[in-house]
Amino acid sequence: MNGILQILAIIGVGLRTLRERLGASLATVFGVAGVVAVFVGVLSIGEGFRAAMRPAGADDMAMVMRTGNDSEMMSGLSRESTEIVKQAPGVARTGASPVASAELFVVIDLPKRSTGTEANVPLRGVQPTALAVRGSGMRIVEGRMLAPGTNEVIVGRAASREFSGLDLGAVNRWGKSSWKVVGIFDAGGTVAETEIWADVAVLQPAYNRGSFFQSVRARLDSPASFARFKDALTTDPRLDVQVQRESDYLASQSTLLSQIINGLGSIIAILMGIGAVFGAINTMYSAVASRTREIATLRAIGFGRVPVVVSVLAESLLLAAFGGAVGAGLAYLAFNGYQAATINFQSFSQVAFAFAVTPSLLARGIFYALVMGLIGGLFPAIRAARLPIATALREL
Amino acid sequence: MKYLHLLFSNLRRRKARTIFTLLSIAVAFVLFSYLAAIRTAFAMGIEVAGSDRLLTINKVSIIMPLPIADMSKIAATPGVKEVTHASWFGAVYQDSSKGFQGVSQFPVVPEEYLRMYPEFKLPPEQLQAWLADRQGAIVGEKTAERFGWKIGDRIPLQAAWTQKNGSRTWEFNLRGIYTGDAKGVDTTQFLFRYDFFDEARARGQGNVGWYIMRVADPAQADKVANRVDALFENSAAETETSTEKAFMQSFAKQTGDIGAMITAILSAVFFTILLVAGNTMAQSVRERISELAVLKTLGFPNGLVMALVLGESCLIAILGGGLGLLLGSWLVSLGDPTGGALPIFYFPARQVALGAALVLLLGLLTGALPAVQALRLRIVDALRRV
Repeated sequence: MNGILQILAIIGVGLRTLRERLGASLATVFGVAGVVAVFVGVLSIGEGFRAAMRPAGADDMAMVMRTGNDSEMMSGLSRESTEIVKQAPGVARTGASPVASAELFVVIDLPKRSTGTEANVPLRGVQPTALAVRGSGMRIVEGRMLAPGTNEVIVGRAASREFSGLDLGAVNRWGKSSWKVVGIFDAGGTVAETEIWADVAVLQPAYNRGSFFQSVRARLDSPASFARFKDALTTDPRLDVQVQRESDYLASQSTLLSQIINGLGSIIAILMGIGAVFGAINTMYSAVASRTREIATLRAIGFGRVPVVVSVLAESLLLAAFGGAVGAGLAYLAFNGYQAATINFQSFSQVAFAFAVTPSLLARGIFYALVMGLIGGLFPAIRAARLPIATALREL
Repeated sequence: MKYLHLLFSNLRRRKARTIFTLLSIAVAFVLFSYLAAIRTAFAMGIEVAGSDRLLTINKVSIIMPLPIADMSKIAATPGVKEVTHASWFGAVYQDSSKGFQGVSQFPVVPEEYLRMYPEFKLPPEQLQAWLADRQGAIVGEKTAERFGWKIGDRIPLQAAWTQKNGSRTWEFNLRGIYTGDAKGVDTTQFLFRYDFFDEARARGQGNVGWYIMRVADPAQADKVANRVDALFENSAAETETSTEKAFMQSFAKQTGDIGAMITAILSAVFFTILLVAGNTMAQSVRERISELAVLKTLGFPNGLVMALVLGESCLIAILGGGLGLLLGSWLVSLGDPTGGALPIFYFPARQVALGAALVLLLGLLTGALPAVQALRLRIVDALRRV
């Protein structure tokens, strides 16, 4: 009990004299805040990208492409193959017709609105059932669905925002034909929102693809039907296809970019953390140095070593926690919802997404700050406890 | 020089602080090294792009092919010295989940392609071996090392292209390993023969991915580019020609916000750490104002006292910064932190020089304010201050 009272008393003294060491203490708070802000900020890029690659309803949507290809753009399926896939067991049906869409995935060069530089924008040829296949994850928010057999396109919200010429009603000349934007769709901020959709039957000749498709997307009648659907297709001797859940396919498409973001992010966070710990150690050393006489006095009138150690640690933790909270708050304000677009090397096309500062990221940021405060305070605390009382009292 | 001893004893008076200041500065410059390497990686080899090379791609998108018949027309265009072509292959090696990440694979015309890219160095006997084997391929040393390939290895690739026999497994014999003649050269490419590719593929015969040409006079590059594009205007495959540099730049810009964001963040961190370290260094001088007054009392001229203060801050900056740059170049040379996702990752010499300049600047700036204070110091005032 006495020990706790002592600890509280010393912490009280420390905090009351904090003002005299304001400059150095603020430098620590500032340093930790910067580290946490950057740490949370960098990781929010990865979180946002992962969220964009995880659309709602993707678990009961199957994606079929040719075996041995790791992305849609490299795949190729004949019309006969796509018809066989659509008739497989496990595919949801409206009336007699399967809820499945055979699709073509190409890219076109369009200028970015922000910089005017060309970017690879994904252009997807779809069949009229495509919206039904996507289910609740996607809806038209402006205009209407494209009419089959025409040069009409609908564009995702993010695509319309990021690239020139994709406003509702705009007519664009791509290649040999003109395309009119008749609708804008929302896909909950996920990867599909960066796409442009056209009728696949119109797109095939425009891209010299004959009657070839690249993938079939099918809505399953339940998530559990996936195994049945997959077995039926992979054992069919007429087909040479691989079957994945849409969610797994998208996860596989995000490995490279995630690897880059996480690899760079962790290097940055580790180096910064080390830098900030050095800064914190310096601050706490000088805090202890400037309080030498005060600490010696306390020890002389009977305060123990442990309360001294704890009080120095507490001060360091407090500064770090404050810095962590400020940094996390700053990161939230600066990064959450920040709209960005980059190229996903795996799909060779642009993907737009919003940075996501999640609660778990904020918690990790503050935890990281506390670890820095603990390490930063430990050595100075031990020094404070070891001060020889007699000589310390004599110090100026 | 005789004052060096004084500088070092000043640094030793608070060993812990000196060490941690040094280490913070070192960490900042390690970050700087990574920053430089990451920027180079995102720039994708622009630094080594040939200014006399032009690229012609299909106007709609680079994924659309161009007819091989265009080649003779391009070659006949005034201002074009030589021309060759390459195509996109997009195969995976072994496990598709591991991918062939970062490895570009192109069917090319061996001699033409190597003449176009003289920075790719291939021993003459390996070139001969390649020319003698239709199924031969060569690969950059970085990729050879990554997959442990040796000359003579048979390499099966799973391609997007189907062969006439229905198979999509393409087998190649490794006939050569090329090296780069400079640091930024992409030594990850996998190159094989177009004649073999075009004959074996089931569809798409007579098409190539893009043309690469060398212009006689780089100053005329834009004019030549316009002339080439004019040749194919209103044809089935209209073209877009640009310098290799412009092409790479526009592709590098596609990483857009991410590259810019990471660069901005790293720069912010770098300067934050320097700010905190600089503050500590300045503070350590402020604490010793009365000692400086004693030095002046002893007859040290103003200039010398100022030089001592500046010398101390520069010494710390050089020790810490030097350590950081050394450590940084060593860490960067170990490879990129993303496990092979960035094909070009190194610390360019120009950036090392910039780092060294920043080290000096840091020393001068953090020393400047205390040094001026020391210069203006009035002995009586300073001695009265306890």
